[in-house]
Order: sequence, then structure tokens, then C-alpha cells
Amino acid sequence: MARSLIAACGLGLLALLPGAASAAGAAKEIPHEKWSFEQVPFGTFDRGALQRGLKVYLEVCASCHSMNLLSYRNLGEKGGPLQAVQGRDRETGEESVRLGAPGEGFKLINANDNPYVKQLASQYEVSEIDQETGDTVTRPARPADRFVAPYPNDAAARAANGGALPPDFSVLAKARHGGASYIKALLSGYVAPPAGLEVPPGQHYNVYMAGDLSSYWNGDPRKPPYGGFLAMAPQLTEGRVTFDDGTPATVKQMASDVATFIAWAADPNAETRLSLGFSVLAYLSIVTGLVYAAYRQVWKAVGH
Amino acid sequence: MSGESTYTPGSAFERWLDVRLPILRLAHDSFVAYPTPRNLNYWYTFGAILSFMLVVQIVSGVVLAMHYVAHVDYAFDSVQRIERDVPYGWLIQNIHSVGASMFFVAVYVHMFRGLYYGSYKAPREVLWILGCVIYLLMVATAFMGYVLPWGQMSFWGATVITNLLGAVPLVGESIKHWLMGGYAIGNATLNRFFSLHYLLPFLIAGVSILHVWALHVSGQNNPAGIEPKSKEDTVAFTPYATMKDAVGLCLFLLMFALFVFYMPDALGHADNYIEANPLVTPPHIVPEWYLLPFYAILRAIDFDILFIDSKLGGVLAMFAAIGVLFVLPWLDTSKVRSMRYRPVARQFFILFAITCAALGWCGGQTPDRVLLQTGPYVKELIDRNGAVIATVDGQTADIATRAAQQRINALGPNVAETVRTREPYRFTVTQLSQVLTAFYFAFFLLVLPLLGLRERPTQIPDTIAKSVLRAHDGPAPAGGKALAYAPRDGAPPPEA
Repeated sequence: MARSLIAACGLGLLALLPGAASAAGAAKEIPHEKWSFEQVPFGTFDRGALQRGLKVYLEVCASCHSMNLLSYRNLGEKGGPLQAVQGRDRETGEESVRLGAPGEGFKLINANDNPYVKQLASQYEVSEIDQETGDTVTRPARPADRFVAPYPNDAAARAANGGALPPDFSVLAKARHGGASYIKALLSGYVAPPAGLEVPPGQHYNVYMAGDLSSYWNGDPRKPPYGGFLAMAPQLTEGRVTFDDGTPATVKQMASDVATFIAWAADPNAETRLSLGFSVLAYLSIVTGLVYAAYRQVWKAVGH
Repeated sequence: MSGESTYTPGSAFERWLDVRLPILRLAHDSFVAYPTPRNLNYWYTFGAILSFMLVVQIVSGVVLAMHYVAHVDYAFDSVQRIERDVPYGWLIQNIHSVGASMFFVAVYVHMFRGLYYGSYKAPREVLWILGCVIYLLMVATAFMGYVLPWGQMSFWGATVITNLLGAVPLVGESIKHWLMGGYAIGNATLNRFFSLHYLLPFLIAGVSILHVWALHVSGQNNPAGIEPKSKEDTVAFTPYATMKDAVGLCLFLLMFALFVFYMPDALGHADNYIEANPLVTPPHIVPEWYLLPFYAILRAIDFDILFIDSKLGGVLAMFAAIGVLFVLPWLDTSKVRSMRYRPVARQFFILFAITCAALGWCGGQTPDRVLLQTGPYVKELIDRNGAVIATVDGQTADIATRAAQQRINALGPNVAETVRTREPYRFTVTQLSQVLTAFYFAFFLLVLPLLGLRERPTQIPDTIAKSVLRAHDGPAPAGGKALAYAPRDGAPPPEA
């Protein structure tokens, strides 16, 4: 027993040894944020952050990045950034519609009738076939339509971006290690390249981007800089958008908000999942307790 | 164990049915009156947990198949549509994908339990082999299921595994193209994988019935590894085993729910949320966690053995790693079943379990990752007279080369004539995998056959009841002489 434990410890230590080659080509470690929507057991999306993030996406990101799996209606569904409620004000007795969660006599509006969503969708044009003539015609988008993509196809997207394809945002937060924290870090990770690093034309240096910089690095080869290059220029500059709620549009703020929005888009059911999970675990714990008590009762007289 | 039936029909209807289709008698004899050893511990509840998981996977899978579209252009989006637009689709999808992992957690516990308590030994060889068949079917089902979401790992995992079959001499390429339905992974592959992914679980269910049948013929093994001798050694399946299984299942469900609701993606790979793209290869392709040990064994063979090239060698080693389980009943020569009474075998068992976990770790790493290095790479710059004028070093060959080039440039033209390199010794993940793979096979092919002949087991209780009462009532059980079997050289085996 003792010998095998020593062997186990030896193997364990071996696993802890840092890889000697890991120094080259590493991105800087992502600072892990405490996102409200990842809190266990009752995580929720910050409504304000979602609305600000939507604005950053629409005004900045959406000119290159599609979100093909989302429809405008998704924004107005329960938990979405544009969820709206309708009801009668208790004091004035006036019928009104406002953004926010249902409660106090206010009921959630069906996403397809949500005036905020309708208004947003109508700013975009979609094409369809005219059933009378067979011609392709355009009409304003409706809540049921998918997000209008910035480019008609991938080839057009590449052509407009120096050969690089801007990734679709629908499930981006799940498709990157670190999720929202990675997105926030990357968007605020553009710094001036260190002296001795040659940045190729059309590329931009970012400390959180993975990549191998050694062939662009003229400094000490033993100390290569963190990070990598990416084709996207820094987009979030101080004050690039104006937030409706008066929040100052710092780079960190915009990065954080748009990361929240992208995380929501990747998993719009996260809030339901977490709260249902709590109920399920509570229920299962009680059942486990009861079953265990019954088990003890059954086996009481039997030595085992 | 299939003794006299104790079923007595209670009502007129039951008497009527009993002479026409004695299905209630079968159920009563199999799941109520069936005698189980009274000393079964919680490791023995995983059989029931596995039956439950099979049902969960089939039910959730059938519902998912109602919404899934098996086409390369729509598969990825259809899974997302299930998550977003199907009512509680996210829950069903999470249950199915996390459920696959949980199924493997349970099957591995079940297999290690069988290994530890010697459940593969006579008369349970067929029971064990049927279990191995189920495991093999599970691996095939899980592999094909992982392809269906049509993410990057789905596509490239399928590419790597089907390419392996190309290593088989003569017929390999034909088998590969036959399996893929074309010359590359494509729509034909996705469709046949979907079809087979739907079919195989029902084969698993069928073999499971044979597995339970074989179990009910030979009777359950138990932690003491001795056969029940009297009624005192057993209890009725219901309520005793049923209640214990229920407790085990509840605890298992708590863990299952924790993953489904709080960490649904923790056991998967982020790259599988990128739609499959045949033109972009992911930096490193890895299978799901439960197949990582076999992936490590596959990659450990990076050398040719005589006329077998490294690729075929890896494939053979990987299949042999599962194949060896089928002949395990005839490899272990020990007459004692339970490792509880085999002190040396128990240590090797612990080492074996650690080896499997370590192989899993290796399977998830890049094969050339360096674990230990004796020092830096050293480059000596030598002038035309043969004198060393400068030394530079770097942690990797590449860094050392760049550093040397910089120094040569700094020294000016024609000063350094030659460069001499001193390479350190490096221990990589591949080498660790080779050591672990060697131990994996040595455990089955050397340790178990030889140890059984030489090992001196500790005292084995002569009945199950006494083993239980000894554990609970202190050293002196009722009756006094519990430990009748004191093994010595030449002693007859305990079950003789």
C-alpha cells in the first residue's frame, strides 16, 4: 500500500511540473471575472449590461459580425435585453408599456408584439419573393426574422476584411475557452506592441490572443512577448457609443457589457437553467434523505 | 441461483395469466424473491444505475431525434434550435450530452468494481464478456453520437478515427471508404452515423438483458468473493437490494443534476461549438474524456515494430487495450476472487487505476509537451581555430537557434565558423504514455497471471454471513471459529 501511494505521489508530481516549452507562443492568462450570470445557485443577467451590450453589438460589432442563429424576437423573450411588460400603473391607473421584468400587475408582452423589438427590427431590410410576380423584393424586418447579416456570404465577409472571416457571434461565448471573460479580455487587450516586435500590415497586437510571435520578435528569444496578432483592429475606443442610461462608455465598460450580451446570446436559457437547477437539486436532496431513511429501516434487523 | 419459483398468484386474474404467460412469475423470481448476498456494498449499485442511464439516454435521445436534422448544412443549427426554441430542449439536450459522460462514469466504476472483487472469474466468465460487449457498443455509440452536433471536434474526431481504419493492411482503405460512404467525412457519413447511433442503444439493451440473465444464472458476486452457502448468506432482492440501489441512484442523480444545470459544458470541448469546417483543422484534436486513455495508448506507439508501422501499431494497441478485457477471466490465475484478501494484488490494482487516470490525462495533452528536461539547449559558437567563443542557451531548440543566430549577427561576419549543439534529455507526454501503456498491458499479461500463482492470500471467511458479522461485531463472531480457512502453501482453494 505504502509503495503504491509513493508511486502515485510521484506520478502526481510529474503532472505538476511545468512544461518547459510552454514559455513560447503563450497568450497572457485571462483574468476571470465574476459574472452575475455564472453565480451559483441564482445567477441572473444584469439587465442594464444586456441592454448596453446590445447597443455596443448593434453599433460597433454588427458591421462585421453576424449573429445568424438569433431572431429579433429573441431579444424580447423572457430574460432578453428588450423584454417588455404591459400593465396598469397602480397609482395613476394608466395603461403603459415599459422595458423590464413582469410583476406588480405588469405582464410580459409576447416577443412578436413587443414594440421595442418591432421598432428595432424595422430598421433592417430583408428580401423575400413577391408571391404575385416572383420578383425579389425587400421589406422591413419583423421580430420573427433572423438577425440581418452584414455580408451576403463568407466570401464577401473575407473580401471586406483582408481575407479574415469575422466569426459569427451566436454561440461565440461557448466556443471560446474562458467564455465571456475571454471576450472581455480580448476586447480590452490591445496594447502598444513591445519594442522589437514587428507587427505585419493588416494585423494588430493583442496580449490575450493565442499565437506564435517568435518569427516576428527581434528581442531576446528567451523572453518572447505574450499574445498574438489578429486581423481585427481595436474597435472599442473611449466614448464610441453613447449609453442611454448615462453609464460612461469606457473601453472596459463596453467590453464587459458586450461580453455579457454575447454570453446571453449563446445561452439565453441560462437563468432558467440555474433557477430550475436549484429546485431540482433541493428536491433530489429531500428524496435522497427519504430513500436513505427507508433503506435504514429496511436493513435495520440485517447485519451487512 | 435459478431455483424453485416462490411465486404464488394472489388473485384469480394472476392465476389465469400465470398458466398463459408467466410474466409476473418471471418478474417476481428475478426482481423480488431473487436472493442477493447480504454483504453487497454501494459499489454494487452501479448495475442498477447503468440500467437507469440506458433508459435516460434512449428516452432523451428519441425526443432529440424528433428535432434533429441529420444534414451537414443543418445539423449544427438544428442542435442550437433545440437548445433555443424547443420547449425545454436545452434541458433534454443537456441531459443527453451530460448523460453520455455520466453513463461512462458509471460503467467505469462498474468495471473497476468487477476487476477488484474478481467478478469475472468462474462461473461468471460469460457475464463478464457480455459486459465487455456492452462497453464496446457504448464506445461505438458515444463516438457516433459525438459526431452528430457537427462541430469542429465532431468532424475532426470522426476524421481521425476513420483514418485509423485505413491503417489495416489490404482492406483498410476499402473499409474506411465503406464506413464513410465516400472519400471524406461528409453528408453520407453523418447520415449513417445518425442511423447507427439510433440503432446501437437497442443492441445495448438486448445484450443487457443477456447480461442480467447470465447474472441471475450464476448469482451475484460479492465483496467477500465467496459463494452463498446457506439462506443466512442472502437476502431477498426486494426490498433489500432495491432500497440500496435506490440510495445509490439518488446520490448519482444529484451529481448528474449538478452537471446538467450548473456545468453543462464542463465535460465537453469549446471547439465543438464551432461548426464543422473541413478546411480548418483545430490546433489539437481530442476525443471526449472517457476515450482519452485509449487515445493516449494509440499515440504512445510512435515507433515501428518489425513490419508493423507506428500507425497500425497504435491501432492494434488501442484495440488490444479493450480486447485484453475479454480474455481477463483466463489471464488471472488466482483462486481467490476478491482482492480484499489479496494484499499484493490490491496494490497493483491501485497502481492500475492510477495508470488509467494518468493515461487519460496524457490523452488530453499535446504529445510533444515536455514534462521534464535536464537543462536548456546549449549552442556553442566555434571560430575557425576550434575555440569556443560564446555559448548561448534556450529552453527549446527553436529558442536556442534564434538566440545563436542573434549572437552570430552581433559578432559580425565570419567570426563564428561552426555551431555545436548540446541537447538536453527530455521526457515528453508521449514517453510517459509509453511507460503507462506498458504497465497497462503488463497488469493483465504479467501481473495477474504470475501473481495468482505466487501470492499468499490473507484469511478468507468461510461464509458471507460471518464476513459481515465479523466486520460489525468485532473480532469474535457468534460461533467462535469464523476463520476456518487459513491459507498455506498447498492449501485447497476456498471455494473447492
